[in-house]
Amino acid sequence: MSLKSPWRSDFPALSALTAEGQTYLDSAATAQKPQAVLDALLGYYASGAANVHRAQHLPGERATRAFEGTRTQAAHWLNAASPAEILFTRGTTEAINLLAYGLEQLFQPGDELVISALEHHANLLPWQQLALRRQLKLVVLPLDDRGLIDLVRARELIGPRTRLLAVSQLSNVLGRWQPLTELLALARAQGALTVVDGAQGAVHGRHDVRAMGCDFYTFSSHKLYGPDGVGVLYGRGEALARLRHWQFGGEMVHTASYQAADFHGAPLGFEAGTPAIASVIGLGAALDYLGNLDQAAVAGHEAALHLKLLAGLAARDGVRLLGEPELALASFQVESVHNADLAHLLTEQGIAVRAGHHCAMPLMQTLGLSGAIRVSLGLYNDGTDLERFFGALDKALELLR
Amino acid sequence: MSLPEKAREALETFTAAGGWEQRARLLMQWGERLEALTDAERSDANRVHGCESQVWLVGEMRDGHWHFRAASDARLIRGLLAVLLARVDGLPAAELATLDLADWFNQLGLARQLSPSRSNGLNAVLKKMAELAT
Repeated sequence: MSLKSPWRSDFPALSALTAEGQTYLDSAATAQKPQAVLDALLGYYASGAANVHRAQHLPGERATRAFEGTRTQAAHWLNAASPAEILFTRGTTEAINLLAYGLEQLFQPGDELVISALEHHANLLPWQQLALRRQLKLVVLPLDDRGLIDLVRARELIGPRTRLLAVSQLSNVLGRWQPLTELLALARAQGALTVVDGAQGAVHGRHDVRAMGCDFYTFSSHKLYGPDGVGVLYGRGEALARLRHWQFGGEMVHTASYQAADFHGAPLGFEAGTPAIASVIGLGAALDYLGNLDQAAVAGHEAALHLKLLAGLAARDGVRLLGEPELALASFQVESVHNADLAHLLTEQGIAVRAGHHCAMPLMQTLGLSGAIRVSLGLYNDGTDLERFFGALDKALELLR
Repeated sequence: MSLPEKAREALETFTAAGGWEQRARLLMQWGERLEALTDAERSDANRVHGCESQVWLVGEMRDGHWHFRAASDARLIRGLLAVLLARVDGLPAAELATLDLADWFNQLGLARQLSPSRSNGLNAVLKKMAELAT
């Protein structure tokens, strides 16, 4: 079974990397970009850059239309009720920081914020710091052996003091869909706000935020085959109305005098300063590109690759998988071999994988590990990428053991 | 500037290495030669932060010359530490301050190990060494 990706040739970086002897298996960190996105970036700059929402002139008008076009696309992509529910940020991290500051005034000392043990730093640190600022209690939902948030414990821990639940849809280390339906229902029953971190989840399948029933959902363009420097924050209309402004400047202001100002509501009121215009336009191109793919074919290809990855790891002695990943990636350790040594020798052989704590240090502590190697897949990966990876892994282990 | 004897040996063997595999084997061999640190020396104070593996560095000045010892739990890092120490151990303080260590790793064919990525620990070791020496 050769597992050829029919979309590989849409991504010029893949052939460039291959020519350099590099096998890219780090898409969970950032994904390569299709030609359509590169064309959109070049097209915007080459035809005349202009700022958005500020000018009457033609280039300004064109940029603003393209920029707002992406907002409409993102709203469709997520099945939001309106483009006004889509805010552009610098990425998932900024989106969650926006929420942690924008919602701060809603919380009183002793209130509880609930996250889970698998959160990467972006969905941990903003809440942790908010808890410290306002004397809130940060409650951490534990995991079960498979790498799922433990629902039995969640039922005990999500209670009347819970004001907000913020959880990842898909872990960047454990590769499992989390039981959002149940968790969000538990939080809603307590009247708590709900935040879903879709940084990884958004990449694998389309998600309907209204069906999900969350208040906020966020993802980063760069993992979704789009440019970096831009993220999307969806907020349900009523939830957005509760946000207080947090960054000031530029066109987010409605009227300003030296001593006072008032501000636009969402979305513009939360997009202070000049946004990443080209990147937002590029994200529109990425959504277009992805929207035109056969979703079932992409999911099928990724699932077949993932099976091959898991089978290959299972066939090797001493490989310990973290959790039971069901898609997209696998994190592992090899008995009596140091991650750093293995990473070093994989790098020497042109295998681009992640090694370390994957921005989830507390999770690694919970698992009792200093780190792990993570192989993550994109829709452009082939069976041959995995064969090269396993060849390099065998060679590295032969040297190290 | 004359090379310390161990450094000369490192240069000869590493420049003769025929590829990544042989370099990796050499690094592991050199790593085994590191003088062990005591448990007390593997303290937090001697930890070098910024390494994916654990690294400890101990330095002392004797008669105007710097003497370093180092340890790590990762084998290839141990090797990199060994070739680093081979170059710097016993140097007068003034010479250590002006030494171009990037150039040293370059000569050994190990330049990539000094990448600016924060996951790479060797830069942190160099920084700590410079801090100790000033």
